[in-house]
Amino acid sequence: MIVAENLSRAFGRIEAVADVSFAAADGRITGLLGPNGAGKTTTLRMLYALLKPDRGRVQIDGIDTQRDSEGARRRLGVLPDSRGLYKRLSARENIEYFGQLHGLRGAELKIRTDALIEALGLSDIEHRRTEGFSQGQRVKTAIARALVHAPQNILLDEPTNGLDVMATRSLREFLRRLRDDGRCIVFSTHIMQEVVALCDYIVVISGGHVVASGTADSLLAQTGESNLEDAFVKVIGSGEGLMI
Amino acid sequence: MSPVLGGWWIVFVKEVRENLRDRRALGMALLYGPLFGPVLFALLTTFIVGKQLDEAEKPLTLAVIGVEQAPNLVAFLRQQGVKLKAPPADPEAAIRAQTEAVVLSIPPGFGDDWLAGRPARVELLLDESRQQSRATITRVRNTLERYSGQIARLRLQLRGVDPQIAAPLLVAKRDFSTPQSRGATLLAMLPYFLILCAFLGGMYLAIDTTAGERERASLEPLLINPVKPTQIMAGKLAATTLFALASVLSCVLAFKLGLPYIRTDELGFELALSPQATLTIMLLLAPVALLAAAVQTIIASFARSFREAQTYLQFLMIVPAIPSVLLLVNPIKPVAWMLATPLLSQSLLINQLARGEVLAPLDVALSVLGTLAASAVAALVAVRLYRGERLALAV
Repeated sequence: MIVAENLSRAFGRIEAVADVSFAAADGRITGLLGPNGAGKTTTLRMLYALLKPDRGRVQIDGIDTQRDSEGARRRLGVLPDSRGLYKRLSARENIEYFGQLHGLRGAELKIRTDALIEALGLSDIEHRRTEGFSQGQRVKTAIARALVHAPQNILLDEPTNGLDVMATRSLREFLRRLRDDGRCIVFSTHIMQEVVALCDYIVVISGGHVVASGTADSLLAQTGESNLEDAFVKVIGSGEGLMI
Repeated sequence: MSPVLGGWWIVFVKEVRENLRDRRALGMALLYGPLFGPVLFALLTTFIVGKQLDEAEKPLTLAVIGVEQAPNLVAFLRQQGVKLKAPPADPEAAIRAQTEAVVLSIPPGFGDDWLAGRPARVELLLDESRQQSRATITRVRNTLERYSGQIARLRLQLRGVDPQIAAPLLVAKRDFSTPQSRGATLLAMLPYFLILCAFLGGMYLAIDTTAGERERASLEPLLINPVKPTQIMAGKLAATTLFALASVLSCVLAFKLGLPYIRTDELGFELALSPQATLTIMLLLAPVALLAAAVQTIIASFARSFREAQTYLQFLMIVPAIPSVLLLVNPIKPVAWMLATPLLSQSLLINQLARGEVLAPLDVALSVLGTLAASAVAALVAVRLYRGERLALAV
């Protein structure tokens, strides 16, 4: 369960996030939709406590990220905007490194790593150095490394960026399984299709503000449109910066 | 992997393992440094020694104008082993072009003055500002003065005067320099090559673990882990220090093994480090490895890219040269504050060791503690760098 209350954050004179509030429940996929530059990445960075909000607060399973950022991070698995791997380490070693940093050791670490390698279909490349991996293989490795400690809450910043159709489909399938497992999943995107295909709950961000939020049905009802894409364009005011 | 040790240990193990797989990191620490130092030192030494030997022992060849004016002088020169040759067509141009170091000119009036007992004039055509001609000029001048002195003594004897009367002062020289200290110029460079190894060894890791991590976009995911940024940086710094230490120790060892093969015996001294001196040098340089690693980590953290960091750190390499150059130009007697100053103290003390002197334990302690204190401050700054969000997110 992730709760963001009145988050705002400025860089110099530019207010990247002005007022963002939402709640992401367990067993649900919550999508943050917004055009490029809407403040999605900044919002996510405040959720995983790498950026301090100027105002407002974030709670992860009831833990205030300002008071106990380490405790909050233990309950978070994050695929951030930057997702570089260590190219001289194998896929498995990359995953294990983050597991160790989360305090996993020995048999427990091996079981978790094995499970993720299996679930993400990385078995044939697990011992290869990540140098020369395809974009899809890299994202999968980065996701495995983010989830190695089996976090209850999962944050993904534009996870399908640069993935081909097949990789995107298998990633969506993987996220649905996590949701059915009862996890709380939040991901950001500027691709409308993604939200339509995957999300149970949608938060539309534009210019640093939440301009609309709700389930797909409630967004249609609020805007009076018959399809979601038109509804998004209507609440944002323009389709610029979005992708179908 | 011990669960008792903090997050820094995990970061340390990973950085060491990853960089052991990198040929550049490994080469820089264990190959280039330890090889480059002794080889360059050997080349320089051989060059300098060779040049000095050349100038001292090579038969002197002298162009003479007006050979026919002074057959006796010419005979004396030949007898002294000087090879005479015909003068160049334009002596002045030849000296300017450095094809001749010095030309002896015997003017037509020489014979008349000689017979009349007046000082007979000879001219040396030369250019005093030419560094490399100086040894030759001195040898020609000394040879001529020997001839002049010999004739003067003969003339006095012919007139029944004891030649000693014309030598009221006898200047005798007693040289207290040891063979090692005569090679002081050479040895002044030795500390620099050793200290340089400390800077070379960790340089690649200092960049890779900071600017490199940021450039390949793995810094943000790393910092999201529930480990304090100070722990993460401590692990990185420890790995960099380990490589710097490995580099500096193998460099000292390479010098210990390589020095005896450098040709210096013609100059009358031997370049060698006793086992005790070798260990003392290692002790003196160990804290420098930490200092170099910490300072390099701090600087590289502020660079936006690997390349930018490399540029900064190459400039940093000049810093350890400063004390060596200072000591070469202006040899000083060490006082307490100098012995506590990092880099300067190592230069001074290694220089003393190489000259075959015995170090006072207090001096060694002062150097080690002074450098450790400076290293601790730098390390503290380095591990706290990523605590704020500014460096963590700067792209």
